[in-house]
Order: sequence, then structure tokens, then C-alpha cells
Amino acid sequence: MMLSAPLVLVLLPLIPAIISFALPERLAAWRNAANLVAATVKVGIVADLLRQVRGGVDLEWRYTFLPGHDFLLRVDTLALLFVSLSVFLWLVTTVYAIGYFGRGPNLARFFGFFNLCVLSATGVALSGTVVTFFLFYELLTLATWPLVVHNGDEKSLRAGRIYLAYTLAGSAAFLVGILWLKALVGSIEFTAPPDLSAVPPLTLTLIFVLCVGGLGVKAALFPLHGWLPTAMAAPAPVSALLHAVAVVKAGAFGIVRMIYDVYGIGTVAELGLGPPLAALAAFTILYGSLRAVMQDEIKTRLAYSTVSQVSYILLGASLIGPFAVIGGLVHLVHQGIMKITLFMCAGALANRLGIKAVTDLDGAGRLMPVTMAAFSIGALGMIGVPPVAGFISKWYLGIGGLQSDAAWVVAVLAGSSLLNAAYFLPMLYRAWLLPPPERAGFRELGTTRDRMLVLPAVVTAAAALAAGVFASSSFSPLTWAKLIAERGYLQ
Amino acid sequence: MSPLDLLVAAPLAFMVAALVAGQGGRWLILAAGPVMLALSAWLVVLPPGVAHLVGDWDLPLGILLRADGVARLLVPATSACFVAVALYAWHEFSPKAGAETARAHTFWPMLYLMWGGSNAGYLTTDLFNLYVTIEMVSLAAVAMAAMGSLAAGLQYFLIALVGSLAYLLGVALLASHYDTVDATLLAVRARPDLPTLMAITVMTAGLLVKTALFPLHGWLPPAHAAAPAPASALLSAVVIKLGFVILLRLWFEAFAEIIRPAAMDLLGGMGALAILYGSVQAIRQERLKLLVAYSTVAQLGYLFLAFPLIANAQNPAEPWAAVLVHAVSHMLAKAAMFLAAGLMLKAVAGDRISDLAGLARAMPLSVTAFALAAISLAGLPPSGGFTAKFLLLHAAIEQGRVVPAAVLVIGGLLGAVYLFRPLSVAFSGSAAPAVRAEAPLRVAAPLALASLAIALGFAGMTLIELSSVAAPPAVAGPVQAEPGR
Repeated sequence: MMLSAPLVLVLLPLIPAIISFALPERLAAWRNAANLVAATVKVGIVADLLRQVRGGVDLEWRYTFLPGHDFLLRVDTLALLFVSLSVFLWLVTTVYAIGYFGRGPNLARFFGFFNLCVLSATGVALSGTVVTFFLFYELLTLATWPLVVHNGDEKSLRAGRIYLAYTLAGSAAFLVGILWLKALVGSIEFTAPPDLSAVPPLTLTLIFVLCVGGLGVKAALFPLHGWLPTAMAAPAPVSALLHAVAVVKAGAFGIVRMIYDVYGIGTVAELGLGPPLAALAAFTILYGSLRAVMQDEIKTRLAYSTVSQVSYILLGASLIGPFAVIGGLVHLVHQGIMKITLFMCAGALANRLGIKAVTDLDGAGRLMPVTMAAFSIGALGMIGVPPVAGFISKWYLGIGGLQSDAAWVVAVLAGSSLLNAAYFLPMLYRAWLLPPPERAGFRELGTTRDRMLVLPAVVTAAAALAAGVFASSSFSPLTWAKLIAERGYLQ
Repeated sequence: MSPLDLLVAAPLAFMVAALVAGQGGRWLILAAGPVMLALSAWLVVLPPGVAHLVGDWDLPLGILLRADGVARLLVPATSACFVAVALYAWHEFSPKAGAETARAHTFWPMLYLMWGGSNAGYLTTDLFNLYVTIEMVSLAAVAMAAMGSLAAGLQYFLIALVGSLAYLLGVALLASHYDTVDATLLAVRARPDLPTLMAITVMTAGLLVKTALFPLHGWLPPAHAAAPAPASALLSAVVIKLGFVILLRLWFEAFAEIIRPAAMDLLGGMGALAILYGSVQAIRQERLKLLVAYSTVAQLGYLFLAFPLIANAQNPAEPWAAVLVHAVSHMLAKAAMFLAAGLMLKAVAGDRISDLAGLARAMPLSVTAFALAAISLAGLPPSGGFTAKFLLLHAAIEQGRVVPAAVLVIGGLLGAVYLFRPLSVAFSGSAAPAVRAEAPLRVAAPLALASLAIALGFAGMTLIELSSVAAPPAVAGPVQAEPGR
């Protein structure tokens, strides 16, 4: 099994996917069990891999699928960062989704495609060649679409159309970019960056723009972010795992791979591609925050917040300094944990109290104190209040900016933090300090289903807190990000 | 005996049996299916270079049957299509279906006639023999098209007749000029003189009409959309491929040395226009079967877009494989799509895309088949359609050809636009419409075909290897001296 651990890891969600598609609705309990077991097994496998890879083992699985194009799955430190995040959040979100939907319609379909998404996200993380990455990246689009249109109303269908238009056009640009590069320098493996010295700089720049532009769609880089807020028409578990984590992270992760493993820091610096990308990321950070302030609906506000926060990762990657890289990579994990907390809380509020707009939040803290406590931790983390995880990211990014002679980064971070405060604090104020509307006999954790709805957010909020407090412990995301930086990028 | 003979002879024998059996004709597929699938498998595993002279007469008198790359890919795919379509048609063309009794009498013999004709077309290199095969296939196709709409059938008949006659004229010219009509011999003897060029021109024109390449496509959408689902599936998946295969034989084998790059570019350009025009038309359709039919117009374009890419490649093996993989994937996916569409439209008793609302919930297997076929047709991974378009895009970019590359990208996106529209409707609404439950056996046919189209995406290396038998050779000369480039 060890030999093909990467393959097992990628294909494992197929089992619950097939079970979910095949089982009739009356056996929903079995379906739930299958999903939970698979998610737990995967956490176990990843935990074992973390141990091995830290010890210096590299595992891979290779298969030639077309001449000159290898299908390669490879477990390295960067891959594991993303995989650990997604398997942990997959397990949490599975519990949450079971609680959220209860016995709603189309659930077989939901869990089936949900598993295919996890398969694709794992594949994206483990891809060892650009083409493999593309395959899973495109598969992710296809597997997410049915989840976006899950509700089947006009709003969801429109969101689905917009989502496909953006992402398919993006991956088409990406495909042209990688094939162009392949035609010039041969096949591209992440562990062995191609020799780009013979390629004219203008061509390289064009290819970089095509690839980063294509990946930027999923990473919701301005002006390619338009799909993300509309995709919030999807049910909360979808917004939570996919739009806050898997899909946007796949884009950001791809850009990190392009910069560090395909072009290499040297070439990116030589071509002068870092500063413009950093500037665009910085603009997206501020723009997303500003738009978030203007939103009244909670989920849309969180979506714009995602637009802003994902660009922290890109900012860190494009600044090309050790601290900035660490800050960007660690934010990949931190943002995921914090944002999923927020989305799961928002879904629980909507599901239990019907709260969808910010103005409805009055007194929510008194009715659903556990949920709002988790929400508050996530929100404070987003603002960057220590000791929640978000502070660590911003700290490293800020120092990274200074190291790379880009002091303006600190200003951007400060501005963004202020804006984050401007859209999160009023929500906390309303929830905790204003009186609730009359609701006799409401109990937050009344049934098992309620607990499955609320407690996952508590787990992720605790994780966000722990990632900040124990940042220097040996298994924290920060330590892992430092390990990646040491092994890969700072030689 | 050789599988090459049997692949042609067996369907014709079954045709006779179906004529004799009359109302019981449908039972024959239970024998024909396994036999033909086994023969196809035998063909695939034959050692490369196997050829067979029918009746042991030497060329140019005899007829050469050959297991080349074209045959190795298209024969099995065709068999898969016919078997699946026949299983689907089992109920549709049964004596119990009342008014359709007469159709049941026609459908089954025509199916076998088409099957034998197609196989003969893939296997032979003799241009006159190819004329006979397209006539066999056209005859069956016209009969099937007429089942849906007599007007469309008649129009199709006239078009097919004009195309065949033009082709026959060319064959006659060649026969009198070279004393042979065998493609392998013509490859050696052909000279770029006036009669030869005229012959190539009229033959190509005739075949393009039959293949419905834009702007000669006008007859296709009404004929394919009006026919009953199994007939549509065969017309769109199998029938039009034969004209394309003959064009491959003419352009890359018999006259590879004569045809000028400009002509290749012209054909490629028509292919590009077909992709764009067909896709835009498909987007504009309100009726599901017309959408699928216009998608055929678009998808055919890719087959011809590839011509200049093959002709100009340093190593033509990859674009050559790509075009054959595209032909095969389109065959499987398009047949699956027509069958799935047939099931869905029958269930809702409508023909518009908007009638599909909520079917993802009521008919999940049919919608799955449609969706898998759509993934392959739109060239999304993993699927045979993706492998084909990936290889073509790769070739276009490697050759620095911007226009084909752009058309491939735009065509893929337009394909997603028109294919996701019906899917989107199927996913709409939260209440399931009250339709009868899906018959598992009938839905198995499109599901199997669509799954095959997806599975091809995992077998890229095998497909390239199979297609390489008698593929156009790599370009000799200084270009090849630097294979690493």
C-alpha cells in the first residue's frame, strides 16, 4: 500500500461517491456512515504520510497517459499542506452537511458530487506535473457545478452558468499556456523545473499571464472574481468547503506552483513578474474588503471577504522572500480553517434561525451562543487579532514585505485589517450586545442534528485558535510552512 | 478465413436472416452482438500489417482488406454503437409496438446492412469498393431517416445520390487513367496532372456533401433530428464517419504526394468554420434533438481541422491518432447522447429543452449518460474527446498555428455552452416531474456508450499505438534531424 499511497489517497473518495450515488434515500444512514468512515480513514492516511514526509520520504505514482505527458501523483511537503487542510475540513464538513441537510431532497447526488470534489482537490494537491494538475483542476470544475446548482432555483442555475463561464474560460487559457510551454521546453514536472533560459522573455511573460490568469479565476483574483459571490447561491456546506477552501485554494495553490516549481523564483524575478502580481493581489485584498463592507447578506459578505483573503496567499507568493512565502503558505491553511468556521456558522444561523442578513443578527449570540462564539473567533482571526491564526499570517506577510523592500505591504495589511474590522465587528456587536427578537423555547443544541450542525464550527474555531497559540509547536501549520520553505524554495 | 472477411460477411448474413425473420428480426442481435464484438476484438489484437486479399486475387484485380489503424479503432467502436443501439431499439422496433410494425420490418435489416457497409468501408483500400460501401450505408441511412420524416428522408436521398455520383465519377476517371483504383497502388502511381486533380476534386466534393462539412451541412440537422432516436444515433455517430474515412484514404494515402498545402488549409478552414457555425447554431436551438444534430455539424469540423495539422506535423502520428480518437469518441458519445435524449424526450412527451426540467431527479441514469457524453463532446477531461482535442491543440501550438489553436479553444468553450444548457434545465426545480421509472435495460445502452467515451480518456497510449498502423509516415529530411525540439 505504501507504494501507491498517493493513488489511494486520491481515489479513496470514489468509494463513498459510488455508495452515495447508488444507495436509495431510505438508506441515508448507511450513506452517512460510509461518508464519515471514508473521511476518517483519509485523515488517518494523511497523518501517517505527514510523519513519513517529515522524515524525508517522497512517494510518487506515475503513469504515462499520452506521449510526453506523465500522470504523476507525488506526496511532497507543499502537497501535504493542502491535503492535510482538505482532509481535515472534509471530515468536519461531512458531519456538518449531515446535520445541515437532514432529510432534504437530492442528497444522494449531493454527497456523490461532494466526494468527487474532494477527489479532485486531493488530486490538485498531489499533482506532480502541470498536465496532471490541469486534469484535476478541470475535474474540480465539473464536480462542483452540480453542487452550485443544487437548489435548482433560478438563482442557483444562474450561479452555475456564471461559474462555468468563468472557470472553463480560465482553464482554457491555462491549457493553452501549459501546452505552449510544453512545446518550448518539453514536459514539466514540479520537482524538476524546466530550463527556461532559451525562451524569449516576452513569450515567457505571455505564458505566465495565460497560466496565472487562468488559475486566477478560481483564486478569485480581481477582476476574475465575479463568480464567487454569485456562487453563494449554493447550500452552506458547499460554500463552506468548496468556495472557501477547495476551489479558491486550488487556484492559489496552482499559482504558487507556477511561481516556485515551474518558473522558479529566479526566472520570475528576472522577468519582473513578481511586483505586478503582488500589486494586483494587494489591490484585490483591499477591493474585496471594501466590497465586503458594502454587503448586507452575510454569505455575500463572507464571499467578498474570501476574495480578499485568498489574495494574501498570492501576495506572499509573489513577494518572493522567505518570510513572505511562509506567510502566504501558512495563510493557505489559516484562511481555510477560519473561513470554513464562518461559513458553517452562517449556515447554522440561517438553518436554525433563518438569519441571512447582517441586520437580522440582533441578539443571535444569546440564542445561539456556541455558534456565535465560534463565529467570533473566526472573525477576530480574519481581522488579525492575536492569538488567533490570522495574526500569524499577517505577521509573517508584513515582515516578508519589509524584507523584500516593499514596505507598502504593511500599509495594505493594516488597511485590510481595518476594513476587516469594519465589516466583522458590527456583526459581533449586533449578535452579542443587541437584544434578540422573541423566540420562546429555542434551544441551540436540542437534537443530535443540531449538534452536528453547530459543533463542527466549534472544532474548526478551536483549530484556528490552536494554530495561532501553538504556532511554534512541531505540527503547526506554521512549522510545516517553514519546512516547505526550507526544503523547496530557499536554497 | 480471416476476421477481415467475417467482419463484412457476418452482418450481411444477419441482414438476410433479418429479412427472412421478419417480425422476429430483433432477436438476431442476441447472436450478432457477441459475434461482432468478438470479431472486432480479434481485429484489434491482430499483428500489425495483416492484410487479406479477398478470393486470393492479386491487386489490381483483387480487393485488399487491411487491418490498419483506422480499422482497428473504428470497427470496434462501430460494433459497440450498433450493439447498444440495437439493445435500445429492442422495444422501439418490436412487433408489439403497434403502428410501428412496418418500421420493425425495415429497421433490423437496414441496421445490419449499415453495419456490414461500414466495416467494409473501414477495411478496404479499393476506391470502387468504397463506392459500393457508401452506397450500402447510404441506402440504409436514407431508409432510417425516412422513418422520422419523409421530406427529410427524400432530401437526404437526393443529397446522398449527388454525393455518390460525384464520387463515382472520380473513381471512373482514376480507373481509366491509372488502370487501378486501389489506394495503395495509386499512392505509387499518381501524378499531379489534370485528370487526377479533377478526380480528386469531384470525389472530395461528393464525400464532403455526404459528411456534411460546413457549408454542405444543410441536410443533416433536419434528417438527424427527425428520425427516431436509434436511427438518429446511427446516422450521427456512424454514417457520416464513412465519408470522412474515405477522405482520409484519399488525402493521406492515395494522393498524399500530390495534394498541396493550400488544399489542406482550405479543408482545415472549412472545418474551423463548421466548428464555429455548428456550435453557434446548437446554442440557438430550442429543440433538444436539433441541438444534438447541430453539435454533430460542429464536431465534424474537428475531423477536418486536423487535416492541415497532420499534413504539417514533423511527427504526424499524434495528430493522426487525435483525429481517429476524435472520430471514435464522437461516435460513442453522440450515439449515447441521442439515445439518452430519446429516453428523456419520450418520458416527458416533448421535444424542447425546457421540457427536461427536473429530470436529473426523475431520470438520474439518463441524465448521467447525457452528462458523460457531454463531457466527452465538450472535450473536458477525462474523456476520449479531451484526449483528441488535447493532442490537436498540442499539435497546433507546436506548429505555431494560431487559428486552429484558437478555434479549438473557442470551440471547446462553445461546446460547453450548448451542452450544459440542457443539463442545467435537467437540474432545475426541486420537485421531480411525474414520469415513468427508467427501464434499466434501455438506459444501459446510452450509459455504456458514454462510459466508453469517458474510458477512452484513460487509454491514450493504447489508442495511439493502435492508430499508428499505416499512419502517415514521419517527415523525412533535415527537419527530423533534431527530434528533441
